[in-house]
Amino acid sequence: MFIGVFILYMSLAQKILSRAADHKYVNVGDIIVAKVDLAMIHDSGGPRRVAPILKELKSKIFDPSKVVLISDHFVSSGTSEGNDILKFTRKWAKHEKVPFYDGEGICHVVLPERGHLNPGMLVVGGDSHSPTGGAFGTYMFGIGATEMAGVLATGEIWIKVPETIFLNWSGQLKPAVMAKDMMLFLCRKLGMDGGRYQAIEFSGDAIEQLTMQERMTLSNMTAELGAQVGLIAPDKKTEDYLQSLGNDPGNWQTLFTEIKADGIEHHDFDASGLEPQVAAPHSPSNSSSIGDIEKVNCDVAYIGACTGAKYTDLKAAATILKDRTVVSTTKLRVAPASLRDQNKANANGIMKILEDAGATFLPNACGICAGYGTDRLASGITCISSTARNFRGRMGADSSEVWLGSPMTVAASAITGVITDPREFLKS
Amino acid sequence: MATKAFVLGNNIDTDQLAPGRYMAAGIEKLAVHCLEATYPRFSHLSSPGDVIIAGDNFGAGSSREQAVEALKFLKISTVIARSFAGIFYRNAINLGLPAIVCKDVSGIQDGDFVKLRIPKNKLDVPSRNLSLDLEPIPPNLAEILNSGGLIPHLKNRLNPNN
Ligand code: SF4
Repeated sequence: MFIGVFILYMSLAQKILSRAADHKYVNVGDIIVAKVDLAMIHDSGGPRRVAPILKELKSKIFDPSKVVLISDHFVSSGTSEGNDILKFTRKWAKHEKVPFYDGEGICHVVLPERGHLNPGMLVVGGDSHSPTGGAFGTYMFGIGATEMAGVLATGEIWIKVPETIFLNWSGQLKPAVMAKDMMLFLCRKLGMDGGRYQAIEFSGDAIEQLTMQERMTLSNMTAELGAQVGLIAPDKKTEDYLQSLGNDPGNWQTLFTEIKADGIEHHDFDASGLEPQVAAPHSPSNSSSIGDIEKVNCDVAYIGACTGAKYTDLKAAATILKDRTVVSTTKLRVAPASLRDQNKANANGIMKILEDAGATFLPNACGICAGYGTDRLASGITCISSTARNFRGRMGADSSEVWLGSPMTVAASAITGVITDPREFLKS
Repeated sequence: MATKAFVLGNNIDTDQLAPGRYMAAGIEKLAVHCLEATYPRFSHLSSPGDVIIAGDNFGAGSSREQAVEALKFLKISTVIARSFAGIFYRNAINLGLPAIVCKDVSGIQDGDFVKLRIPKNKLDVPSRNLSLDLEPIPPNLAEILNSGGLIPHLKNRLNPNN
């Protein structure tokens, strides 16, 4: 961009925010007010919380076509309070005439699969894993319900233009090592606040090779690094994926970070040397290479969540579980992240492999991850989970212990009943 | 007025502040369990006006506002931390709960009486002869806080004649 004789270089984040704020250029650190292109809400933080506020503000939704509502948190809760929340959600959706996906999957997976995200958009979500949208070159971040009500009323939000923290991954992941392992590794290396509420941007040949859904896992867990967004500059793969959904990805070629932009920090990592990672209770940052842990028995193996039960996750788990069975002392529970992903997995024989191995299935929703429903972990239970967070008590009783791993690690552990390196099952 | 300080560690997460299994319940029920996994009986031991002093990344995790609401329900007056998780920080300001950064909280012990001097950005701990610097709240956020939160702030903006 030219202003007089100076050339002002911008990061991907700055480019998106300057457009959304209708400025030619925004400085890192500026507090800007920007127009959102889309707002996503779910049943927990959505209607039941924003409706009373909008009423108090005597305000209507700024543009119902720019809102997407998705029910997922209470879908499988099985409690009367949860059902009341769903009932209110449905009533509100009808009344406000906003696009609504009811029980069709977890918001962060449904939103892009239904074509709502494109590169360069500014999107807010009423959920902390909203950075997932960054995989599509979308500046998407999570906010609470009051702030969401403010956005629904005004169509605007304030943002402090972030620095960009580049996480550059070179090389290629080894078989049975997944995006989830990269994130558990990063949680340990950078810490839960390593993102400093700035923009993380993933780059490097290892990232280029990842499928779009694996990229989503990276962006998703930038929430665990405390970043505001987890961006990946769009490339040909992004374009192809979006076009396959019928989207027009627009002028995505301009959406990248110029190396001379201000406020850029670089970290380099080697994907080829990475081993499967697991995180011990009660923090994703308590991670280590799987070879470094003592023997851990697990009662429950859970493949679920926006983080770890998308189509590519189910497929990866199936490569381990094919022609094998879950040990009798462990329960393998699978909650496919969306109906579409489940249907695709079904069509490709993946659901059958999981079922034959002995998996039992939960609805396409947040399930045990949010700890809201009757399926939550009982006291004293140890679980290996493909979800993003293992905070104490999140998935059930305070005395339950949750370990985090990739879907392949969860699958391998379900076969043996102890946390197991998935590479052991790659041979044969 | 001196208030009691509840001193907590790093990475106090939203599942500790607002446990998932009480999320369908109202705030009165939820608040009883606020911080119980970390600080047993917190909701019984704290009194209106007390402050929380924490380390890094306070409020990590979910975007659930109940994490802030529970503290407000228990009438915690201020949260002071070495750093805050981004979404929690926004939520706190939006709900009118002062969230203030203090880079060095190491000298404060659980149960100490502290004195906040907001206009001066100071936190005093008289019994330890400490006077700590607080980071000023950015002006656009101070405006929201001074209105009592985002809703009253927007009310004034959207319906100026009321
Ligand atoms: S699956 Fe888990 S992490 Fe994802 S949106 Fe639902 S509760 Fe949040």
